[in-house]
Amino acid sequence: MTTTAPETVTSSELLSVVASRELASRRTVFAGIGLPTLATELAHLTVAPQIEVVYESGVCGAHPSHLPETIADAVIVSGAEAVLSMPALFGCVLQGGHIDVGFLGAAQIDRWGNLNTSVIGDWESPEVRLPGSGGAVEVMANSREVFVVMRRHNPRSFTAALDFCTTPGPDRALADGIRPLGAGVTRVITELGILARSGVGEELRLVAVHPGVTVDRVREATGWDLQVDGSVGTVPPPTAAELRLLREDVDPGRVYLR
Amino acid sequence: MSMREAVAAFVHDGATVCLEGFTHLVPTAAGHEIIRQGRKDLTVVRMTADIVVDQMIAAGCVSRLVSSFVGNSSAGSLGELRRRIERADPAPLAFEEYSHYGMVCRYLAGSQRLPFYPLRSYGGSDLPGVNSDLRKVTSPYPGPDGEPEQIYVVPPVNPDVTIIHAQRADRRGNTQIWGLTGIQAEAVYAADKAIVVVEEVVEDEVVRSDPNRTLVPSHAVDAVVVCPRGAHPSFAQGYYDRDNDFYRAWSHISKDPERLRAWLAEWVYGTADHAEYVEKLGEEFWAGLAVGEALSEPVNYGRRL
Repeated sequence: MTTTAPETVTSSELLSVVASRELASRRTVFAGIGLPTLATELAHLTVAPQIEVVYESGVCGAHPSHLPETIADAVIVSGAEAVLSMPALFGCVLQGGHIDVGFLGAAQIDRWGNLNTSVIGDWESPEVRLPGSGGAVEVMANSREVFVVMRRHNPRSFTAALDFCTTPGPDRALADGIRPLGAGVTRVITELGILARSGVGEELRLVAVHPGVTVDRVREATGWDLQVDGSVGTVPPPTAAELRLLREDVDPGRVYLR
Repeated sequence: MSMREAVAAFVHDGATVCLEGFTHLVPTAAGHEIIRQGRKDLTVVRMTADIVVDQMIAAGCVSRLVSSFVGNSSAGSLGELRRRIERADPAPLAFEEYSHYGMVCRYLAGSQRLPFYPLRSYGGSDLPGVNSDLRKVTSPYPGPDGEPEQIYVVPPVNPDVTIIHAQRADRRGNTQIWGLTGIQAEAVYAADKAIVVVEEVVEDEVVRSDPNRTLVPSHAVDAVVVCPRGAHPSFAQGYYDRDNDFYRAWSHISKDPERLRAWLAEWVYGTADHAEYVEKLGEEFWAGLAVGEALSEPVNYGRRL
């Protein structure tokens, strides 16, 4: 396989390609719009032809004529395999245990993969009011595993102590007396590398870095004492084929590719 | 009933008002009429508090918000809501925070007149710490392993009035929705009174030719309001597309309180009703949101010979 020089690859392209590879052999993916759309569409064309994307708006098996602009875009409804009501989507599909991988983003993540999307600062009088959970609490609680794609890898986002825990992983659920269903966050993909954990009781650890990124740089960008895999590897850069599919087939209008 | 009459009759100061429609079929025109009539001290219940909620807050209609997502879809922020919550500017806003399924379960409990509804969320979350209505109980039944099981529950929501937007209804209020159907039916059943705003009223035979498409039967509806393009900037599947440019513009408009108030003065207070708002936008504008046909195959309901 030919590879492309890293400097020609944008951050969005890098994150989308790396996330798409992690979807190999997965079937049902709960995805939002943006990077998760790019990753799932690319996975559909490469490592996971059987993939079924489920959107929070109730659409299962979308076949959009155009790249959707929101999870509720009309183009994901026309031609879709199913459109479900909210009680069916959240109650039966998610809580019923039908999602293999959920994609989430966050303003803050901690070493256990707990997420904050509510506030920066104090909840009562926040410095910044963020959108809140949406369905993230349910995606985390009910998916078999969760992938997080973070555009920014810095100590403010990768923090030892969340300002607020909107979306708890299974460790926090267990401590609260609630039995966790899934493994919580298993992969965090950033522009520096890949962090991973496999389930309850495990911290996120650095498993791979992108070419040219040192382990020390990732440690400095992480707000806790980051564990590093003994065999930390290098993420293979996007191939020419992956980039061509992404640029020409998935997002030719550069809606999300920046 | 006209929108003016329906809002005057069913939306009172201090009421709990639910507006539902998950990105699709947002009842924007109804929100604008509430602003025009100067309602005060409302508790607004809406899963995705978005542009219309930001506008109602800016107009001084809302004292309490119950929601699971407070953002301008994927197009940015709600300026007025953020100023109110971050700086109590110009006044504080009481906010009850939930997750999406937490809200869905509140509607399920409310619509069925149940005391609470259980869900497998919130374990370990900080949300119960800021919302005392999220409570943990011990299940009266043993868990899968035979041991006692704990689970979070949410209380019912029973709004004084629920307002939804839909594609069409017959004269009696049998309401048909297709595309994203969200939580509208449950929100209607949870309420004391329900206003359904539709793109068009159709003959009884049209509805009866496809009864599975009726999400809200007439027994749950108190008023039917005909209001074409009443979901703008949201969309009505098969009628008009989403105005994505306006969603993006709102982040800039709402960031500046003066600009926001000028927008309300021109487009809400400055128009007598939604028909005038539609006319002011102009036919060329609406042509830009026109959609083509994608007809479903008819189904055969059959008839006894």
